[in-house]
Amino acid sequence: MSKNQKRIHIKGGHLIDPANGIDTITDLWIADSKVHAVGAAPDGFTADQTINAAQQIVCPGLIDLSARIREPGHEHKATIASETTAAASAGITSLVCPPDTRPVIDSPAIVELMHHKARQAGQSHLHMLGALTSGLEGELISEMISLKNAGVVGMSNANYPVQNAQTLRHAFEYAATHDLTVFIRPNDPSLSAEGCVHEGAIASRLGLPGIPEAAETVAVARELELIAQTGVRAHFSQLSTARAAEMIGRARHDGLHVTADVAVHHLYLSDVDIRDYDSSCHLLPPLRSERDRDGLRDAIKRGSIDAICSDHQPHEPDAKQAPFPDTAPGLSGLDTLLPLVKRLADEKLLSLAEIIDRVTATPARILGLEQGQLGVGANADVCLFDPNMSWYVSADTLNSQGHNTPFMGWEMHGRATNTLVNGQLIFSTDHD
Amino acid sequence: MSSVDTQAQSTPPVRIKPGNIQLDQQGKLRHFLAIEGLPKPVLTKILDTAESFANSHEQREKKFELLKGHTIANLFFEPSTRTRTTFELAAKRLSADVLNINISASSSSKGETLLDMLRNLEAMHVDMFVVRHGSSGAAHFIARNVPPHVSVLNAGDGSHEHPTQAMLDMFTIRQHKPDFPSLRVAIVGDIMHSRVARSQIHALNTLGVGELRVIAPQTLLPAGIEKMGVQVYQDIDEGIRDVDVIIMLRLQRERMHSAFIPSEHEYFSLYGMTEARLALAKPDVIVMHPGPINRGVEMDSAVADGPHSVILQQVSNGIAVRMAAMALAMRNPDGSSAS
Repeated sequence: MSKNQKRIHIKGGHLIDPANGIDTITDLWIADSKVHAVGAAPDGFTADQTINAAQQIVCPGLIDLSARIREPGHEHKATIASETTAAASAGITSLVCPPDTRPVIDSPAIVELMHHKARQAGQSHLHMLGALTSGLEGELISEMISLKNAGVVGMSNANYPVQNAQTLRHAFEYAATHDLTVFIRPNDPSLSAEGCVHEGAIASRLGLPGIPEAAETVAVARELELIAQTGVRAHFSQLSTARAAEMIGRARHDGLHVTADVAVHHLYLSDVDIRDYDSSCHLLPPLRSERDRDGLRDAIKRGSIDAICSDHQPHEPDAKQAPFPDTAPGLSGLDTLLPLVKRLADEKLLSLAEIIDRVTATPARILGLEQGQLGVGANADVCLFDPNMSWYVSADTLNSQGHNTPFMGWEMHGRATNTLVNGQLIFSTDHD
Repeated sequence: MSSVDTQAQSTPPVRIKPGNIQLDQQGKLRHFLAIEGLPKPVLTKILDTAESFANSHEQREKKFELLKGHTIANLFFEPSTRTRTTFELAAKRLSADVLNINISASSSSKGETLLDMLRNLEAMHVDMFVVRHGSSGAAHFIARNVPPHVSVLNAGDGSHEHPTQAMLDMFTIRQHKPDFPSLRVAIVGDIMHSRVARSQIHALNTLGVGELRVIAPQTLLPAGIEKMGVQVYQDIDEGIRDVDVIIMLRLQRERMHSAFIPSEHEYFSLYGMTEARLALAKPDVIVMHPGPINRGVEMDSAVADGPHSVILQQVSNGIAVRMAAMALAMRNPDGSSAS
């Protein structure tokens, strides 16, 4: 497919490529789906297309460690085509889909089907996590090697914690033997039970069943022990409590090889935002206390949380139209990932280059992908964004099929203007 | 190649300010969903209005024409005989037409959403919904989705609030002890699961009660309860010392199966109200219970039927208070207050 590709010159942009230590205004030259050169024009390079990137940031395309795309099984919420297109328009060039599709991603056929649909859509890359246990039922270990050969980037039991510690231990051992990363969304279901919001004064006032902090920390403690025992490479997904982040920081200090991410909304919102039963704030893991939100920010700053994801979960409008506990949890997050991440730099939590690293090079390293950087010869997945473009979150400005976001009405600064995947311009706001 | 409409991005969308959904522009009761958020004058108005209805009862003038021509639908998603009956009686005494709709699990399993059901009832020109639902926030959800001339009364939503129950309790307290700032009140029992307790706590604090205590084992206290303006006691003998009002809460029998308490027997020995315990409170203490009572679990029969008990007065006051809430919240077709 590289034969008919345009040769593209991205001119005069502020290139931020954390993996290669680049943070300067320069040019990027793309040919044959790869980065051909950075800086001065290579000899004999004639561009088929020049993109004027003045006043814009040019960075590796974002890699989102957790995005439900709802296909197969829930196409009334979203599809592979709709969400890979929305991702491209938001500067995200790779999505990682957890295995809780219907059917579950526990056989090579599903992986192949999803890859096929993503290729047909021709938008952002779609990566998959395979089910750690068959059917996510927590009883039988899945056929991990077949799934690995089909192309999954890791194993996970999504939101269905494996309750039997012996089964989990075996699954970790098996994954470790075959060099697979296990992704864990830590939750002890006996503690989270029927809960739908963070356990605390706000849940008590609203009479909503709470999910205690211990639902996350008890699971983290158990999983850390089994990771240490089995030597598996593990990644904790969507931490929601400051205490869990501290536990992981300590385990790393003690030499355990674990990584972690946080969903960007947990760095902005807390249970206070639920107000009078705002169902767009019905999320799992739940919005925690303001102290947790600040602690998670601190963990990003100190590095005990490595990466930031969207935890994208699009829904049809009806799914959120019911009394709060009866609504479906989750928010639509692709459209807001880039501006919310960028705002962390505006708020001086980290520099822009450091924060871009948390959504590009670091997730690539966690996934073992070569993407996430723009060195010469790298796959040309590129995000161009205007850091000053102001826009309001509304039904008209969201490109995901899901409009369920607690950020509705917020003013955002920063939006993707051009997105390249494999060196092809798949999204552009330039109409000429 | 896809694109976004850059033109649409520069204009801020119209945002509806989330004001107090329970009050209209004039600050009058519009929906009655929760005690929380209602100012003291609104609560006092409900009590005063209830009092005028209650006094008329004594004059045997049982029927008022106030809501003639209005239709009230009792929407009960949870089984209830007592509460539904008092709402029905209250509506009838105000000359409203009443529709009782008991929604069992089977009808919601037909796939009809709550919104579809509301739309259908609105098409039958229902002016007020009295709603009981197992999910906290259900009454708020319904209130946000009805047209301007339709009011919603919360008859209990999950573990959130049961505002008319709390108001009939306030009414009963006021009959016996009208000076709220001088009162010391204790609520005893399963605070965690109780919508009645939450409404009572808000009502007592809004009406300016002198001291408010909650007494329960740690397992039945919701997290952060002290932020709701209460003193927490685990020891009942300490907690009821010198109180003027004791409110006992119902203990659901299924709580034992979820390991909240070991047994009814042990619960009664630690938290049950006996005559001996009652002697620790003020000599003229009144004892209340929202019913139905588990005799020998929450309290001794000697207390329930004794001279300090006002439990049956609570029941009869329920009708007057619900009449007041209905009369005050009812809207005219143009959305203005009907009272």
